[in-house]
Amino acid sequence: MSPRICVQAEDFDGAAEIARLERAGGGAVAGFTGLVRGDGGLVTLELEHYPAMTQTALSALAKSIARRWPLAGLTLIHRFGKLVPGDRIVFVGAASAHRHEAIAAMHFAIDWLKTDAPFWKCETFSDGRQRWIDASRADAERRDRWS
Amino acid sequence: MAVDILYFAWVREAIGKAGETLDPPGTVETIGGLIDWLETRGDGYVQAFADRSRVRAAANQCFVAFDAPLAGVAEVAFFPPVTGG
Repeated sequence: MSPRICVQAEDFDGAAEIARLERAGGGAVAGFTGLVRGDGGLVTLELEHYPAMTQTALSALAKSIARRWPLAGLTLIHRFGKLVPGDRIVFVGAASAHRHEAIAAMHFAIDWLKTDAPFWKCETFSDGRQRWIDASRADAERRDRWS
Repeated sequence: MAVDILYFAWVREAIGKAGETLDPPGTVETIGGLIDWLETRGDGYVQAFADRSRVRAAANQCFVAFDAPLAGVAEVAFFPPVTGG
């Protein structure tokens, strides 16, 4: 199983990503897409990242997932740059023989991306305010439940 | 030995640059020691590192604690806790 890992400014096609995983030969595919929410008058969400580290970190994540669950396919896509409400930010998808492994691998991947991938989000609101989003303790607890 | 130092998110904004190559003195032995030394370089650094519980570090693209050694590290990065996903 060779994971598909993309860190990109461009949008992605979630349906095409699911279809690609459906061709991986398993009996189950699970996919998650994260979108920009427009809460509180949010106008843009800018994602900054640490390119040299992002690639390494996502490859390490894919390896640890492959050790935990027998997968037929794994896709991790994370966007960076300036996004607006409704835009897709992240996609994680997993294919396996049975549903449990695909769902667990997908869930683990998104929990881990929240707390261990070197991305930072800066919100800009309609009144011009800008704010870096603080890391969430709840996200860290969710990630820790897997260890 | 010269080390590339990168800054991200509000750490970058406080310091006013995305990165620099510096040659810290030999007495700087750890990542935390590097922060102490950077703080002598100006107010932006002092502001960025004022609350170290809000700052994370990476050495050669891996997360490290502040007591990690600096020896042999070519690239250090300082940033807030990550908020991906």
